Formats: sequence, C-alpha cells, structure tokens
Amino acid sequence: MLTWLGHILHWSFLNSGSVQTALLVGGSAAVVCAVIGVFTILRGYAFAGHALGDVSSAGGSASFLLGISPLVGFLGIAGIAAVSLEFLGVRRAREQDVATGIVLGAGIGLSALFLYLDTTTTSTTGAAVMVMFGSMFTFPANLRWPAVMTAAVALAMMAILYRPLLLSMVDPELATTRGISTRWVGLLHLVTLAAAVALAALSVGAVLASALVIGPAGAAVRISRRPVLAIFLAVILGLAAVWGGIWMAYESYYWFAGNAWPVSFFVVTIIFLSYLMSVPLQYALWRRIARPVQIAANAGG
Amino acid sequence: MHEDTTSAVPVTIPGQHAKASCASVLAVEDLTVSIGGRLLLQGVTFALEPGQLCGLIGENGAGKTTLLRSLIGVQSSPHGQVSISGLVPRKSRDLVGYVPQKINFAPDLPLRVYDLVQLGCDGHRLGPRWFSGRLHQQVQAALDAVGAQDFAYQRIGELSGGQQQRAVIAHALARRPRLLLLDEPLANLDFRSANELAGLLGHLTRVHGLAVLVTAHDMNPLLPVMDHIVYLAKGRAASGSVREVVQSATLSKLYGYPVAVIEYGGRVLVLPHADAQVGEDGCYLMPNGSASGGQA
Ligand SMILES: Nc1ncnc2c1ncn2[C@@H]1O[C@H](COP(=O)(O)OP(=O)(O)OP(=O)(O)O)[C@@H](O)[C@H]1O
Ligand SMILES: [Mg+2]
Repeated sequence: MLTWLGHILHWSFLNSGSVQTALLVGGSAAVVCAVIGVFTILRGYAFAGHALGDVSSAGGSASFLLGISPLVGFLGIAGIAAVSLEFLGVRRAREQDVATGIVLGAGIGLSALFLYLDTTTTSTTGAAVMVMFGSMFTFPANLRWPAVMTAAVALAMMAILYRPLLLSMVDPELATTRGISTRWVGLLHLVTLAAAVALAALSVGAVLASALVIGPAGAAVRISRRPVLAIFLAVILGLAAVWGGIWMAYESYYWFAGNAWPVSFFVVTIIFLSYLMSVPLQYALWRRIARPVQIAANAGG
Repeated sequence: MHEDTTSAVPVTIPGQHAKASCASVLAVEDLTVSIGGRLLLQGVTFALEPGQLCGLIGENGAGKTTLLRSLIGVQSSPHGQVSISGLVPRKSRDLVGYVPQKINFAPDLPLRVYDLVQLGCDGHRLGPRWFSGRLHQQVQAALDAVGAQDFAYQRIGELSGGQQQRAVIAHALARRPRLLLLDEPLANLDFRSANELAGLLGHLTRVHGLAVLVTAHDMNPLLPVMDHIVYLAKGRAASGSVREVVQSATLSKLYGYPVAVIEYGGRVLVLPHADAQVGEDGCYLMPNGSASGGQA
C-alpha cells in the first residue's frame, strides 16, 4: 500500500536539493505573506500590496544588470516603494489609489528599462521570466538562509506590532485615542509588507506575488470570526498552496510526458480555487451565525 | 484599578477656576483651539465631577468633536489647561474612555465584540498577547457593564447599530476609566435603543461613579439622566444645570432656530418649532400664544 502510494506521490522528490530549497523558501514566503496579508486586507491595501509586487520587479531586473543579489534588489525597491506610498498620502482611501497607481507606473517603467538593458547588455537569458514569474526550482542556494532570515524578521515585526496594528486597522481614531501613532504603525506595516512581497516575488514571481499576499488571507478573512483564527487559516492555506504547487509542478513532469509546468501556475491556481470555495463557505457559516443574532435581538425586548 | 496612575505627579492648575474643585475628574480652563487661523473654541471653561453626566450641545460645526478631541490630547495646537484627575491629557489616557462620532465596521471584519473589548484593554501594547485570566475578567466586566454578553462572540460587522454602539462603549470602558467621552452616541439609534443607552449612561454615572460627557443633538432621551449641560455657540462655551439651560429661549438662541420646551407626562421634552415667529424682543413666539420664556 505504502509503496503504491509512494509510487503515485514520488516521495523521492523530497531528496532533491532544489526541491528542499523551494519548499523552505517558498514556505517561508507563504507564511509571512499570509500573516501580513490579513492585516493588508483589513486595512484595505490589497491594491497597494499588488503594486509593491509589480514595482519590486524593477529591483529584480536591476539586480541582474548590476550583478547583485536578487534578494537585495527585490527588497530594496519594494522598501523604497513602500516608503514612497506612505509619504505620497496613502492614508486616505482615494489618495491611496492615486498614490499607488503613480508608484506602480514609475516602478514598471523602470522595470521595462532594466529588463531591456538586461537583454541588450548582459548575457543573462530568461531574466524577464525569472523576475516576473519566479525561480522556485532554480533558487540560488546561497540565498536560502538570507531569505529565511528576512521572513523571520518580518514575522517578528508583525508579532510586535500585532495589537496596535489590529486596532489601527479596526479604526484609526480608536487607535489614536489609545496613544498609538497610526502613522508609524502604518509605515512599519507597509515596510514589512514590502519585505513579504519581495520574498514572494523571488519565489513565485513579481507579477504573482500579490496572489500569495491577498489570496490566502482573503479567503481566511471571509470565513473566520477572529483575527487570530484568520491568521492561522491564512498560513495553512498559503502553505498548502505553495507546497502543493511545488509538488504538482514536480509531478507534472510525469503527467505531461517530460514537460513540467511552472510552479507559479499551480500555486496561483490552488490559491484561486481556495478563494472560490471560501465564498459559499462564508455564506454557509454566516447563516448559522446570523440566526442567533435575530433571536437575541427579539429576546432582548 | 487606577493604582498605576496615582503615582504620577499631578499637574497643578495655575489660577484654578472656581468651579474646578479638587474632586473634579475633568477641569477645562480657558481652552482655545484654532484650526487654519479660524478660531473654533475660545476660552472654554468647565469642570466635571465624578458621577456627573454632562451633555455637550451646540449646532453642527460648533466644535463639539474638536472639544472632545482636545480632551483626549489628539487635537493639534490647543491652548489653555485641560486636566483629567490632575493630569494632562497625554498622560491620562488610561483614565479616559472615548467613543468616536462615527465608526464603520466592515461586515466581513474578522473581529468579535470580545476582541474589540480586549483591544480596549491592551490595544496599545507591543508584542503578542498571552492568555491572562485577569484580562478575561476585565473584558467580561466591561461586557457586563453595557449588557453586551448576548452578542459578545459575534462578528461586530454583523450587529445592529445599537449593538455596535454598546460594543464600542465596552471597548472604551475596558480600562476602567474615570471619564467617559461620547460623541453623538444616540445618532442612528431608534427610540428604544436611544433610551436604553441613556439609561446605561445614567447607570454608569450613578453606580460606577464615572463622569460622562456626551454630545447629542436629540437630547430628549438624555434629559432624565443628565445633571449638567455645557453648550457651545460661536466658539464660546457656557454651562449650567439642566433646569437652567433647557429653556425655550436659551436653546432657541443657541441653535438660532425656534425650539420649544414642553412638559409631557412628567417629562421635559425639547422640540424644534418651525411655526414660531420672532417677537419684537428677539424671543420666539410660539403659535399657541405663549412666549418662549424669558431669559434664562
Ligand atoms: N481638520 C480640520 N481642518 C479644518 N477644519 C476643521 C477640521 N476639523 C474640524 N474643522 C472645522 O471645525 C469646525 C468644528 O468641527 P467639529 O467637528 O468640532 O463640529 P461639531 O460640533 O462636532 O459638529 P457636528 O455636530 O456636525 O458633529 C467645523 O466648522 C469644521 O469645519
Ligand atoms: Mg461632531
């Protein structure tokens, strides 16, 4: 039985070094993105999160050009973009969309230039695909631990900021009343979001990074009633998507007669399907929760 | 539970106003606020004792919200003295609970009433929250105080406006403040909820000894429980007992609109009175012939 299962699942894939790196780095990115994603959605910053991913592609493409570590490239540009977003007036809903759009445009413009220069002035091949759609299985081994460290620092930041951030997300005025500087909390959230997005961009690609931030968290927020539960569910969904995607991409080599499909495709597909399932699930849960509300309201009178 | 604040050095108020006794929870003295060169509040002076429920009234844009924001130390550039149990607003955050004018909770916010009240206890602290029986008790006490136990474990966005209002009040009460500030808590509430909330505020002042300052446009539900009124007009404040302020002439002048004060079934009610005419002396004449009272 077990050998039969092992045959189907090809457990041997765990022995491959590049798969181990993918599981480790992809898993770290998934966890960090899921945790930060919950706050990002509560704050209504899904678009900003997406923009940071796209903009970070400028850093990724510049790193090929300059011959520096892509982790530094992605992190640097995403960080600069996050700070610009905050200072361009990201705090009011309408200004936020405008500021995000402007930073997004500038970032993609730079990215186009760097990718052009990459192809014309360096011997790098496939830089565009790598930057835009990730390099899960060709992840540089020397970046393995720096990436995991970045994830750990980002998670620690979220753990420290947990309560003030949550209160600012619920209502900025309530937070201000308690002496919380919503400006600082907001800036730190954006910078941490930038780090998460940079990690995601490295693994599933700049264009798909936001899927990892918004998808699992979005599904989790829909179906949970408590912030802690939402974070927990988002982490589970994110890990399932990334690890499941890695496994499916590895397996697809056998499914499609030696032509493995990209990891990012599978990751994003799993995320999309789980979000799709969360919608009916939310209504099923909501009906169960909603009924006692009415009874309580009637009984109160 | 205020032991952590009593050790702080009290700020002395120079030239203490006659009304601000040592027992005052809140003493506002000569408070002046201007935004963008416009003078919003000018020389506002009043005091509030423990167990007092004080209404803050004035027309739209009179500066009620601005005044409340000055009391919690989030209004920029206020001049004058504000002292809360002898402390300046920035030092007295634990002593003040604030319920803002409007909060829109998204229906899908994954937050229960319980979680919101927990954030009222420790929302400003850094680091993860560890389970604590004391915190749980504190949350339960706040939920009990506002009668929110029935819906404590429901998502806040799914509740009615009145239930959300209670939840936010429980959030404000979680740290057991001595002063509760509420900005338009009765807006959007139906008759029953408004009266229940007014009763709740009365209970908090009488039983828990809280000092409550509440702004309201429709003051009828509050009249039975209110002791004191501060009214703002053209940047200046005046205060008086309910009996002094709730007079047709005073209120009409304050709002610049005819207001009738009637007695019905043993209760005093305030009504807008569009049919009134302005008499020669500047007082409003009510159609039934009665002049709207002399000067208060
Ligand atoms: N940040 C600000 N910048 C400029 N003007 C402001 C600001 N905040 C308030 N004001 C002005 O201050 C005045 C008083 O506002 P405030 O909100 O205190 O009035 P209010 O008495 O609470 O009114 P309402 O009954 O409508 O709630 C208003 O005329 C408003 O235009
Ligand atoms: Mg107001």
